[in-house]
Amino acid sequence: MSQQPKTPRTQPRSSSIYDAYALSEIRRAAATGVYDIRGGGAKRPMPHFDDLLFLGASMSRYPLEGYRETCNTAVTLGDRFAEKPIELKIPITIAGMSFGSLSGQAKEALGRGASAMGTSTTTGDGGMTPEERGHSTQLVYQYLPSRYGMNPDDLRKADAIEVVVGQGAKPGGGGMLLGQKINERVARMRTLPQGIDQRSACRHPDWTGPDDLEIKIHELREITNWQKPIYCKIGASRPYFDTALSIKAGADVVVLDGMQGGTAATQEVFIEHVGIPTLAAIRPAVQALIDADMHRKVQLVVSGGIRNGADVAKCLALGADAVSIGTAALVALGDNDPRWEEEYEALGTKAGCYDDWHEGLDPAGITTQEPELAQRLHPVEAGRRLANLLAVMTLECQTIARANGKSDVRNLEPEDLVALTVEAAAMARVPLAGTDWIPGQGGF
Amino acid sequence: MIDIDLAEETLRNANKRMQGIQPDDNERSFILRNPRGAHAVAAGLNAPMDVTIEGHVGFYCAGMNKEAEVTVKGHAGVGLAENMMSGQVRVTGNASESAGATGHGGLLVIEGDTSSRCGISMKGIDIVVGGSVGHMSAFMGQAGCLAVLGDAGPSLGDSIYEARLYVRGKVDSLGADCKEKEMTAHHLDKLGRLLDRAQISANPRDFRRYGSARQLYHFKIDNVGAY
Amino acid sequence: MCGIVGLYAKNPAFRDSLGAHLATMLVEMSDRGPDSAGVALYRPTAKAGTVKLVVYGAQDFDWQALRLGVAKAFDPDVDLDQRGRHAVITATAGLEDLRGWIAEHHPELRLVSAGETIEIFKEKGHPRDVVQHFGLEGLSGSHGLGHTRMATESAVTTEHSHPFSTGRDLCLVHNGSLSNHNRLRARLRKVGVEIKTDNDSEVAAGYLAWRLAEGDSLTEALDRGMRELDGFYTFAIGTKEGFAVLRDPIACKHAVLAETDDWVAMATEYRAIAPLPGADQAEIWEPQPGRIYAWGA
Repeated sequence: MSQQPKTPRTQPRSSSIYDAYALSEIRRAAATGVYDIRGGGAKRPMPHFDDLLFLGASMSRYPLEGYRETCNTAVTLGDRFAEKPIELKIPITIAGMSFGSLSGQAKEALGRGASAMGTSTTTGDGGMTPEERGHSTQLVYQYLPSRYGMNPDDLRKADAIEVVVGQGAKPGGGGMLLGQKINERVARMRTLPQGIDQRSACRHPDWTGPDDLEIKIHELREITNWQKPIYCKIGASRPYFDTALSIKAGADVVVLDGMQGGTAATQEVFIEHVGIPTLAAIRPAVQALIDADMHRKVQLVVSGGIRNGADVAKCLALGADAVSIGTAALVALGDNDPRWEEEYEALGTKAGCYDDWHEGLDPAGITTQEPELAQRLHPVEAGRRLANLLAVMTLECQTIARANGKSDVRNLEPEDLVALTVEAAAMARVPLAGTDWIPGQGGF
Repeated sequence: MIDIDLAEETLRNANKRMQGIQPDDNERSFILRNPRGAHAVAAGLNAPMDVTIEGHVGFYCAGMNKEAEVTVKGHAGVGLAENMMSGQVRVTGNASESAGATGHGGLLVIEGDTSSRCGISMKGIDIVVGGSVGHMSAFMGQAGCLAVLGDAGPSLGDSIYEARLYVRGKVDSLGADCKEKEMTAHHLDKLGRLLDRAQISANPRDFRRYGSARQLYHFKIDNVGAY
Repeated sequence: MCGIVGLYAKNPAFRDSLGAHLATMLVEMSDRGPDSAGVALYRPTAKAGTVKLVVYGAQDFDWQALRLGVAKAFDPDVDLDQRGRHAVITATAGLEDLRGWIAEHHPELRLVSAGETIEIFKEKGHPRDVVQHFGLEGLSGSHGLGHTRMATESAVTTEHSHPFSTGRDLCLVHNGSLSNHNRLRARLRKVGVEIKTDNDSEVAAGYLAWRLAEGDSLTEALDRGMRELDGFYTFAIGTKEGFAVLRDPIACKHAVLAETDDWVAMATEYRAIAPLPGADQAEIWEPQPGRIYAWGA
């Protein structure tokens, strides 16, 4: 038999748009007839803080000695109208996450870690638990469209109130919690039947728009004797206008959450395709504060993909007063840890990728209500881990600030930064490295 | 009787005075005059007391009321008794949108009509309306009872959980997952007691009961039209 | 995002103080609209056959010269009433001719309103100051609308302020936020409607003017508007004869109406109506969503 030469074939090539993920999602949709729900923030690549670099010290700019020469990290939030503003020792707070989406142990750990470092935690879409109030020296109480568990006693026990207009993962969407996580305690707190899927309200029930928000904020102040700062949290969407309107509505603090900000659960398409990146939201928000002569008078807290001290420093340099972490805090507690790899694989995923938190089967015991799983998280130890992360992020931020000659981290400014890409340069309004060019400023 | 004229005294001082009442204070009756549509009148009251407001109030009157008895002799604006925890709020006239919104407990009586979204997201409050209610009333109602002597506007009880609705007049339309339910002796009794508490006279037998069909409690693709 | 107010004199004796009462109502709405304010006042003139234009000019504009010019070209008895940076020109002339003459000879002036009885004033600044600026308290009128603005998605400038007028004796004020105004703006410009700003409310005003010009009645135009305009709105519309109020079907933006033997009033919050004489005894109700209420119009 003669050997015929094999016809050469082209290299197998997958489509960049019909990639493995897209194909698997289409198959899943076809099989189930249900949209995909998951937790977390936007995962696909987009311009972020890694695309910015600090310039550091040189011939014209001199650094501060580490440790010996102070670099202040304390910040006061909410001194515009409130009698008792929030005094933070570090410019990093813990973002709103609900008891219900998280276990009680996880909420306790967050409180312990934050309090150890002199910063605040925030309740979420389920109300305030006694453990949370007990373990947090400073607690921000969220005021959401659902009003689950809302009551004036907790409002008065809180240190600050955060009116939630939206969040970065889903600007325009409401809270979501599926039946598997609505156990007896959660059901009682939220006044829902146990085990059912919670539907979400995306608008507040008794106000719509900044003109009516002003009246609502006034009511909240009347109820709390004008003592507590009122924050306004918005998902990054139209940051300039949203910030300007929050100021006009009377907010003491604006919390801006970019699309990389996590959620407990929502539709995958909402997370990935609605809202804008954190990097793109900061300068417009700061500009609105400057235009209203309110920069540093109404504080700006930025969240959505803050992972380390460099991210913190960059947010501050762009004009924020503080940042908030959610995902990073959970990872510090033990979320998506490789020690549970076998269990992640049994769930059809991998450590570092697990995001089906709505199912309530979290091996790390964080985004679950199953007692056996939740027990895996030891609040004291996990709290210490969070405190460690906060300490490291703060030190990293100080290191960067000192290298740029700052004795206060909030003295970092946009001129300390350059960008690696045209997109990041345009969004952050800083020059492309090695050039004077800021795309979009001055004509082109 | 503590008489406060809001044309002379600031609302802040009036609210502060009422919020500051002590358990051993004997004088626990207030009259507020000339509210002239002010917002957050008698909001955040936190103890047993009675407050009568002469005139029309703006938004969020008696917001988050706890234990107090508030009577408005006039009309009330948006969010009357929103998030009420306990106690009683009564309005002799009409109430605007979102009356009793997210209320957890207590009794809200509106002798006239309310506009849209009466009892939106109610979480245990009881609401009795002598007149009619507007559209989307009891939207996402979780718990508590809404009784309406007049008519109900479109989409009554849309997306309702376990709140109970009783309407004597006609219902323009029912919202997603809301259906008419049987009136048993138990319900007649409960409704009768509610009307008595509200001091509103009506025969429970003239009412029809509405509540959740419970089809949206777990997501099913065939219900996609309801979303 | 704003406050809107409207006042209509049922009793002719009420006309003299209409401006003063409208001013009070407007100032009550300052909290929800601190950025700018505007008023449309309908003031029937004594002389038949006259037309009225309101123009807006620079701080140091030579109004006397303008008056002389119009006197010469059209009507020696022309009346020019200057109020701040606005001037009300009342003359016996064809409206289009007069408008064209001003556009040609004084392109630096902005036309604010045109018709037989309407006068629109709008300016940046706190409503209290704006009201004083125009001497609103001393003006009489048959009916009027007012607007205080908290700018949402477009800039705070006089041009962006309400009321918007895109037709003779026609104006519109809006509380809420439209969601499809951008594509509508392009459509309207294509059919010849002049829309100068990126403001959503101006699109609503332009839409209305277009439908009326096409022969719709006010009710037909608003009915069609309910289908084509998307978003949240309470509209108050002024015509030569009266005013109309309309709320969108979702009706999240509050509005309240009140009526006595002497007047009909409309406002975003009751407290703007409270100071009116007889308000305590007035019949008070809320406009139903998706229903057109009209007085005189």
